[in-house]
Amino acid sequence: MDSQAITSEVVAAHNLTREEYARIKELLGREPTFVELGVFSVMWSEHCSYKSSRVHLKRLPTTGERVVVPPGENAGIVDVGDGWCAAFKVESHNHPSFIEPFQGAATGVGGILRDIFTMGARPVAAMNSLRFGTLDHAQNGRRNRALLAGVVAGIAHYGNAFGVPTVGGEVVFDDAYSLNPLVNAFALGLVRHDQIFFGKAAGIGNPVLYVGAKTGRDGIHGATMASAEFDDEALEKRPTVQVGDPFLEKLLLEACLEAMRAGAVAGIQDMGAAGLTSSSCEMAARAATGVELDLSLVPQREEGMTAYEIMLSESQERMLIVAHRGRERQVIDIFRKWDLDAVVIGRVTDTGSVVVVHEGERVAEISSKYLTDEAPLYERPMKSKADGGRRTGEGAAVESGTTSDAGASAAPASVRAAVGDPTINAEPGASVGGGVDIVSPAPPTAPALKEAARDYNEALVRLVTAPSVASKEWVYQQYDHMVRTNTAVLPGADAAVVRIKETRRALAMCLDGNGRYCAVSPREGAALVVAEAARNVVCVGARPIAITNCLNFASPERPEVMWAFSEVIDGMAEACRALGTPVVSGNVSFYNETEGRGIHPTPVIGMLGLVEDVRRVVTQGFKREGHLIALVGETSEDLGASEYAATVEGRGLQEMIAAGACVPRLDLGRERKVQEATLRAAEEGLLESAHDCSDGGLAVALAECCFSSLGRGGVGAEVKLDGGELTPTVQLFSETPSRVVVSFDESQRTRFERIVAGAGAPFRVIGRVGGDRLRISVNGDELIAQPVAELEAAWRAALGRKLRAEDVAAAAE
Amino acid sequence: MKFGVIVFPGSNCDHDAYHIISKHVGQPVDFIWHRDTDLGTYDAIIIPGGFSYGDYLRAGALARFSPVMASVKGFAARGGFVLGICNGFQILCESGLLPGALIRNRGLHFICRHVNVRVETTETPFTHELKAGEVLSLPVAHAEGNYVCDDETYAELVGEDRVIFRYCDERGGLTEEANVNGSRAFIAGICSRERNVLGLMPHPERACEDLLGSSDGSGLFRSLAATLAAR
Amino acid sequence: MKAKVYVTLKSGVLDPQGKAIQHSVELLGYEGIADVRQGKYFEIALDGSLDEARARELAEAVGRDVLSNPVIEDYRVEVEA
Repeated sequence: MDSQAITSEVVAAHNLTREEYARIKELLGREPTFVELGVFSVMWSEHCSYKSSRVHLKRLPTTGERVVVPPGENAGIVDVGDGWCAAFKVESHNHPSFIEPFQGAATGVGGILRDIFTMGARPVAAMNSLRFGTLDHAQNGRRNRALLAGVVAGIAHYGNAFGVPTVGGEVVFDDAYSLNPLVNAFALGLVRHDQIFFGKAAGIGNPVLYVGAKTGRDGIHGATMASAEFDDEALEKRPTVQVGDPFLEKLLLEACLEAMRAGAVAGIQDMGAAGLTSSSCEMAARAATGVELDLSLVPQREEGMTAYEIMLSESQERMLIVAHRGRERQVIDIFRKWDLDAVVIGRVTDTGSVVVVHEGERVAEISSKYLTDEAPLYERPMKSKADGGRRTGEGAAVESGTTSDAGASAAPASVRAAVGDPTINAEPGASVGGGVDIVSPAPPTAPALKEAARDYNEALVRLVTAPSVASKEWVYQQYDHMVRTNTAVLPGADAAVVRIKETRRALAMCLDGNGRYCAVSPREGAALVVAEAARNVVCVGARPIAITNCLNFASPERPEVMWAFSEVIDGMAEACRALGTPVVSGNVSFYNETEGRGIHPTPVIGMLGLVEDVRRVVTQGFKREGHLIALVGETSEDLGASEYAATVEGRGLQEMIAAGACVPRLDLGRERKVQEATLRAAEEGLLESAHDCSDGGLAVALAECCFSSLGRGGVGAEVKLDGGELTPTVQLFSETPSRVVVSFDESQRTRFERIVAGAGAPFRVIGRVGGDRLRISVNGDELIAQPVAELEAAWRAALGRKLRAEDVAAAAE
Repeated sequence: MKFGVIVFPGSNCDHDAYHIISKHVGQPVDFIWHRDTDLGTYDAIIIPGGFSYGDYLRAGALARFSPVMASVKGFAARGGFVLGICNGFQILCESGLLPGALIRNRGLHFICRHVNVRVETTETPFTHELKAGEVLSLPVAHAEGNYVCDDETYAELVGEDRVIFRYCDERGGLTEEANVNGSRAFIAGICSRERNVLGLMPHPERACEDLLGSSDGSGLFRSLAATLAAR
Repeated sequence: MKAKVYVTLKSGVLDPQGKAIQHSVELLGYEGIADVRQGKYFEIALDGSLDEARARELAEAVGRDVLSNPVIEDYRVEVEA
């Protein structure tokens, strides 16, 4: 197989274009060997090279006083005080999870955990952002339920056994994701400032060690798979799905950290997508060195593996370590102690090339910069869905410079001119699909409520039982969210809080996305998502400090998609600058489309916040009868693309757009003021509760504040709204951003008012905690009166009820 | 008094147990590697939660063959105190130090949440500072916590007052709904005939600080420390 | 030489997974299924130099001491040349 002839079919099967292949020959000055072709194909895949996104990602802000490691490494790192740093990142595992939900999701968790501990950080928290089609969809409902059950079981399987608490995340249902679920896994680890490790093949002559699981034929070409669209054939690609072993990964973690502490490690990198190929090439490129590997020495699980297979295998739970010279014995002994393989398979060289030898034969020799710096870079054509608008120059050269890549783990230090791209020559109007085809219509799931007979109580019940809004306890109770005994705010909150045992501080974290908003308006939608994520960590009493992002999009070869991508970057960049939260890591996932139907543009934001004193953490539940309830922020008419429009009015996205729906207007200045006011009140210890107003608006937020939580029963509230010109529907269900529901003791009212006014945030006291009902009146009319216990029971049970026994049984291994 | 926390490959609540003993009980504690066999200096051994050896055959099944478990048996036979939490309970059952077995939860899922357990007896070295009938809020986190045993064993457990904790509702009632994993007779924890070996599925070490939602687990460690201090 | 070891739950022991599978199978419309019990199956490759009696003895020992828990499970061994 290593000597297979390279025909145009073979090139195409590697997802390389004719032009890319020509470029490979030009760089090498010869035909590549078959192994080299495989290496180029994975390193130049969208997944590893970020060839369509790099030109845009550099517009994101990536610097800040807390940033210790910006994008480009395995994970971003920020300073969190007292000599501690947090390493964190979010990454997609969408394609593997669609093909095999259990193992796909499990290995997604495994991969992101390795990204964290390869930096020297011990993982202390995980989260997941999941998107599926609706669960009772006539055609796809059953598959969607099976995907949900399988993905959740897979995450639980891996995270629970590994021993990292899965503390939060989001689960969203929308038919745009029916044939393309999104599974984005986040992990965060803690590391001392002076003990951070990098993926660098540093030190000429240093030994290169292969550690961890043995290599098998699993997952060969996963990286190229993740860079191609899906069709029915993809389901036949099952063999490329890797199987994860969380037990082995736990041993790998302990062994790696022990080897690092021993001072034996010069550089280390996970063998993730593209396995040995990407780890060796990237480590050499980052250090501007070369590596020479003898594949015959690689521990193998199967017999007769070719060099091509060994280089491209995506077997899980493996790492490449560059040890300090003379310390290899020590590394091997530490891994032995943990019953793991550790074998010297090569050396760091000064040639700048990756040289691969197999059974005495040199099967590949490629300058590492050809695989990283010289990887293709595309400035793909873009077309606004509104005006058919702006297009970028065709194949325009891009200036060299430092990329501010939002998490290209394969990110090169510089970019170069784009090589030819056939799609660039397409006619502007003749692109695949029409102007709005990045948007997939969501069929109405509920009959529209009659305008005249509008029943606000029923609307509220519908909203709190809508699967995207309902309690996610069916999901998170399957995750061990308490192991390591640091979880101070459990799942189900605006943000999770994980304390740092050694200090008084704690870290708040959340994952947020909103595909519907981004489909309507990608730029504003992305800014709204960043603002909401920041608000979420503020609501638990944390100052937002940095983000990681996972950018899930359809095919970049479609100008509408690329335009949306570019808009999302700009919206995100603006919000991140305004809120002081640089992007330190992330991942781009393109080609999320099946049978020509793409997902909504779905940037998912992982926000990190810092709590100065863990005793000051705030939770969302109302605490005691008599406490005053206030709304920080102001409501305006933002119903167009809301959960209310989707769930209660039963509008599909196309319908919303046709009706001229806009996303809520975000005023970043006001957002900052609202966040500052909430945060100061929290830090002063004034707040009894704080909760972000988001999906479903104020009425849903108030209901969630009433629901019971650990150690506290449900409690009612009486709220009086007076919004002047605004209709009751707007006041109750509008999704105006920059709003937080808080409660406090009446004795603190003056102090509270002084703080909020000082921050310049609008606010108004709207009611009082008490009784066993949630009662909301608008302009004097009581429109909502719901027994909290009943409402809560419906909210808790809604999601579990959608899942039937057979879905669950199928997922339980 | 000195505590030891056993570390199997795959243990993941070892640090939590260590933290509780060193910071909350305030006593010396060591990690004991699964290949070590000398338990001579210890007064109490904790077998922590986790997925020892990946729990690949059955939960706790492979751990019982590790060298340290032979020593734990001897340690228990000499009257040493052994506390098995979650996977530790499973290992104690697999090793024969406690009767019965723990099988897949009735609902099939892994389940992580706070549950209520009722203290059934205070006549043990682990519970004498608690009150009989007291309801504790403790977290569970397991997929195989469904306690089973034959009728004879159950009669023996009851007859010898060896059922230590039962799942219950918040008022202490034994309702089917409160039986989180479907265990026989709501059993959440049992002890050995000599009462020096305790196994339970809930995690008392996760419930020793109000910051984490409950400190109801601290009474168990307080009891054990008092027992050791009095020896 | 190969030993096959089957491990099944004892008949009196509740089998939640088996029950769930049975329920699903019924929901899917398969009729005439009275009960489903889930078990484990192991294939053990044996040293070719062992005679069949010794091989069986070895497989029985492994099935009894390692692969099954006598409190809840039964096991059965088959040896193939």
